[in-house]
Amino acid sequence: MLKSHRLDFIIVGSILFVAILAFLLIRLSQKAGTYVVVMYDQEEKARYPLDQDLEIKLSFVDDKYNILVIKDGKASIEQASCPDKICVRQNSISKTGQTITCLPNKTVIKIIGDTDSGVDVVS
Amino acid sequence: MKKNRKIALLAILIALSLILSYVDSLIVLPFGIPGIKLGIANIAIIYTLCKMGAKEAIIVSSLRLILSSILFGTIMTFAYSLVGAILSLALMIILKKFTHLSLMTISICGAVLHNLGQILVAIVVMATKEIAYYLPILIFTGTISGIGVGILSVLTLKYTKNIE
Repeated sequence: MLKSHRLDFIIVGSILFVAILAFLLIRLSQKAGTYVVVMYDQEEKARYPLDQDLEIKLSFVDDKYNILVIKDGKASIEQASCPDKICVRQNSISKTGQTITCLPNKTVIKIIGDTDSGVDVVS
Repeated sequence: MKKNRKIALLAILIALSLILSYVDSLIVLPFGIPGIKLGIANIAIIYTLCKMGAKEAIIVSSLRLILSSILFGTIMTFAYSLVGAILSLALMIILKKFTHLSLMTISICGAVLHNLGQILVAIVVMATKEIAYYLPILIFTGTISGIGVGILSVLTLKYTKNIE
């Protein structure tokens, strides 16, 4: 069962190739962002410039919150009420298209560039 | 396989997959990216698929999903894992049945598709296309965890070869 066929290598190789290619394309297309957009439940709720240091509590429902910190042009979540704390552990973001998501609180923060929509930076 | 035996074996495999899910949820990998898990619960699913068959694998996988969401997760994690688990198991069953790919490749494809499913749900639920930016990294880590799970599955099957 451990013996490998050529097809196995082709399949796994192409999966990795696609991943690396997509990774490079995304990296190359990313630019330094200008705004942090806060989304809650699929809607944009707030927008903050990246070049001003800021610490703000994002709370859209009672006793659920994420504390957004903007420092040195990078945004991160410092603290959150959610149980898994995945958003807190995520690296800080500063380039267009990067996101930090908090699934339990339905909150997303994302970086956009100068363009108003900031959505189609890849395509 | 006798019916009683089969029921007992299924129960053991479901219990095993639950424990593995629990270990999965305990181990948080420090990559700063959401959704990266070891995925070792898949060992029990692959084992069931190889030892017993597609129907049994579906039973173990769906009960694992429901029970682990109740025990260690939330409603949200259920939605995310559901799509990932369906896609990944469907692909693994198809590959197992219609191709001669090695178990390793099947495991890798399953892991990658699981991540793909979760990302799709996240994009829809959060209405944020940019979440797709995580895909390359999740495909890559899925491949690595798929290799690990594949090796462990092959070894498990090898050492339990004589158990009917």
